[in-house]
Amino acid sequence: MDDLIADFVAECREMLEALGGEIVAWEAQPDDRARLDSIFRFVHTVKGNCGFFEFPRLEALSHAAEDALADCRAGRRTPDGPLVSAVLAVIDRIGEMVAAIEAGEEFAGGDDTVLIQALEPGAEGPAAVTAAMVSDGKAVSAPRTIRLSVELLDRVMSGVSDMVLARNELARRLRETESDVTVDGAFERLSGIIAEMRDAITRTRMQRIENLFVALPRMVRDLSGELGKQVLIDIDGGDVELDREMIEMIRDPLTHIIRNAVDHGIEKPADRLKAGKREIGLLSVSARQSGNQILIDIVDDGKGIDGKKLVEKAVAAGSIEAVDAAKMTARERLALIFEAGLSTAREVTSISGRGVGMDVVRSNVERIGGIVEVDSNPGHGTRMTLRVPLTLTIIPALTVSIGSQHFAIPRAAIEEIVRANGTSVTLDSIGGAGVATIRGRRMPEISLADVLGLASDVPDEERTLVVLRPAGGDLYALAVDRIHDHEELVVKPAAPAVMATGLYAGTTLADDGSPILLFDPAGVAEVGGVKLEMQERAARIVEAASTATVRDDNVLLFRGLDGNRRAIRLALVDRIEEVARSSIRHAAGQLRVQLGDVILPLAGADALGVEAGKEGGEDKVRVFRLSDGTREIGYVFREVIDLMTIDHEVIPAEHPGAVSGVSLIGGEPAELVDAHWLFAQHLGATARAAEQVVCRLPSDDAWIQNMLRPIVEAAGYLVIDEHDELIPDVVIASHPGAIDDDHADRTLVLRDEPEAGIDDPSIYRYDRAGLLSALKAASGGKGR
Amino acid sequence: MSQLLLIVSIGGSRVAFPSAAVESVVELDTLIPVPRAAPHVAGLSALRSRVLTVIDTVRSLDLGETDCSDGIREAAVVELDGHHYALIVDSVEDVVEAMSDPSPIRAAMGEGWERVALGMVETEEGPLLLVDVAALIAGPTPEARVA
Repeated sequence: MDDLIADFVAECREMLEALGGEIVAWEAQPDDRARLDSIFRFVHTVKGNCGFFEFPRLEALSHAAEDALADCRAGRRTPDGPLVSAVLAVIDRIGEMVAAIEAGEEFAGGDDTVLIQALEPGAEGPAAVTAAMVSDGKAVSAPRTIRLSVELLDRVMSGVSDMVLARNELARRLRETESDVTVDGAFERLSGIIAEMRDAITRTRMQRIENLFVALPRMVRDLSGELGKQVLIDIDGGDVELDREMIEMIRDPLTHIIRNAVDHGIEKPADRLKAGKREIGLLSVSARQSGNQILIDIVDDGKGIDGKKLVEKAVAAGSIEAVDAAKMTARERLALIFEAGLSTAREVTSISGRGVGMDVVRSNVERIGGIVEVDSNPGHGTRMTLRVPLTLTIIPALTVSIGSQHFAIPRAAIEEIVRANGTSVTLDSIGGAGVATIRGRRMPEISLADVLGLASDVPDEERTLVVLRPAGGDLYALAVDRIHDHEELVVKPAAPAVMATGLYAGTTLADDGSPILLFDPAGVAEVGGVKLEMQERAARIVEAASTATVRDDNVLLFRGLDGNRRAIRLALVDRIEEVARSSIRHAAGQLRVQLGDVILPLAGADALGVEAGKEGGEDKVRVFRLSDGTREIGYVFREVIDLMTIDHEVIPAEHPGAVSGVSLIGGEPAELVDAHWLFAQHLGATARAAEQVVCRLPSDDAWIQNMLRPIVEAAGYLVIDEHDELIPDVVIASHPGAIDDDHADRTLVLRDEPEAGIDDPSIYRYDRAGLLSALKAASGGKGR
Repeated sequence: MSQLLLIVSIGGSRVAFPSAAVESVVELDTLIPVPRAAPHVAGLSALRSRVLTVIDTVRSLDLGETDCSDGIREAAVVELDGHHYALIVDSVEDVVEAMSDPSPIRAAMGEGWERVALGMVETEEGPLLLVDVAALIAGPTPEARVA
């Protein structure tokens, strides 16, 4: 009997969860038959089961709701606001009762007759609140599922992991011995099956993020009702899959952010009208996958966050100095909401007090290796972005070593990696404590070898500094002997005796099956004696003065798609991204790659232009994101080899091109990528000159606006019309009568006929080359 | 009540582990040290895809230190609170049946042994000390003991 009740409770819970979204959608469209049906099915199921289990109160409630809904289904009654609210109240009560049954308690609270009366036609229900959900319209029918214990799943997963290791071992043995072709074939097949199985079993841990989203419409509806606001919630990307445990971990932070958005972001209807916005506030929640991260955006069109007010609060609260406050960038100001005890809300309501608790949100998200970003435009709204790794157990990490032992550092905490002997780095010892100054930023420096008490044979100046930002803390530099590789590691919790050191976040297995310890960056700092306080702002010292001359000889050695060893200056590489081949396309005259929201020109695939988009091969390629400070291009490559310095002579290339020269790096020749040429080539016409030449075009001439303007803009001119206050460097007129006396000497006149009359300086309007050279001449050589 | 016991020798003494606690007996080859961990944590090793925390039992009993440098060591694998441990022993001898419930030992033992002793059990091979595996893992410092 207990088993049956447990099943009943579990079933009710699942249905309740799924129903949350349905019922609000039903309210928005009361004639939606599919939704009405699914709600009816729920109360019907509950009623049926209650009779069997003898839960009379539950039965009476569900029976009443069923009757009311049956009338609606039969067309005897039209569902209206009061009915929806009454049904909602009944369903809530059912949820409470089910929870009580699960806990094995007698459910005492509340009188059901009020709820049942509210279901009667014409009953005075609570005032209907408006909230609606925009969705794709259809009721979603859940795929067939069964319930499994997580323990069983974990056992299957570890079995599959064992199998993969056993396969690797077998593969090694097979390589060592002379083996039969047929054996190899069979092994290949087995290998393929195991890989497939691992994918499938990994997916069993995944759950659609929809499970997290279904509860949101209901929550927003209730909240906005309570606050007298009107909020439309738009949900997108519910089909993105995420590790089950991860979904649980982001439930609270997400709820908190949404509560904040409704409570403090979106204004009351009257205020919105005053601000010239629609009465109904828009809250959009969307999830998407980008690389190995899931991005969840929560965007509202409310009043935004006032950075100045935050700063004032922070100064008043004493968490920052007024002098520093003046130097903060807009982004840093907004980031203040994550500091404990700051709230810009004039009154703290029962729902939330923006600021209070955002520090908790951030630390919760960071605990699972995620990041929270905030962006706000005062008066127009706020965007919060949660970036979380795909799974809780797979963590991208950098492997480093001290002596012969390898360790891993979570990549999320790494800000940058620099050579201790690089030109932009100075190491000082102040009272025995290490201080590193990296490009004007001063930070504590500790040696991993000292922290761990391990012997290291690498002298201080030849070490590599890993600049870390632990969750909620400040930058510090960790000196390690060697940097090895970026890897995706399957991390497991370590035994208490290991965790007691405070240094480690878990353990993982390397490819060869040997264990590796994963560091907890905050723990390492603490054991190393670094004080992690909010001191970073003070640490930013002479930044502006020194950035102008950053030039170090650190290069990233990599293998191009064609297999050649190449090197690129590290400072140019913004980051490395892994993209699907399908996101590389030939578009608008050159190869382009889509990275998240942006499309960048893509270099590095010239020789293999077709190959980059070809079917088959690896599905993923790696792309450097190169930046010249303002513009970005992508550079596709096969793999990173190492971080090196140029210490040999560079032999320049004979012709300018993608490679500027060749040098011995790491004992073998490597081609140096000519970044200047790449940017010049790939940004091409789209690159803007620092000083743009202004060209004025008549706004009333359709031919000029539609045909000429794109050409002029593509040539790098800033196009304005007559009403613009900018003084044009050159003016184009469509006929001699349109010449404006002020700019007569800088005006180009176009004519419709190919043949020019005598002494006619005008230009035939389809003479592209002539037009562009005349433009250049008229603008006094300022153009390009 | 008859309990199966695994007879092992630690630091030259023959003692018994409750065999229900022991998952398997393995030979450890690689050992990755854990810097800064308690001294009786000899390091980490891998058993298939599982990470084992290796406990130097001799060190845990304050009887000295096992020399782990010379290749293969025998160890008993036990699970405690979801974590797997390998307890390094001199040798694993036999599995025998306990002929009595553990009874208190009134003689004075070494301090280390006192901490891990569950009592004395009678076996066919004479009386043996029954060892509390959890206490062995927790090691000599009471602060480091994790509930």
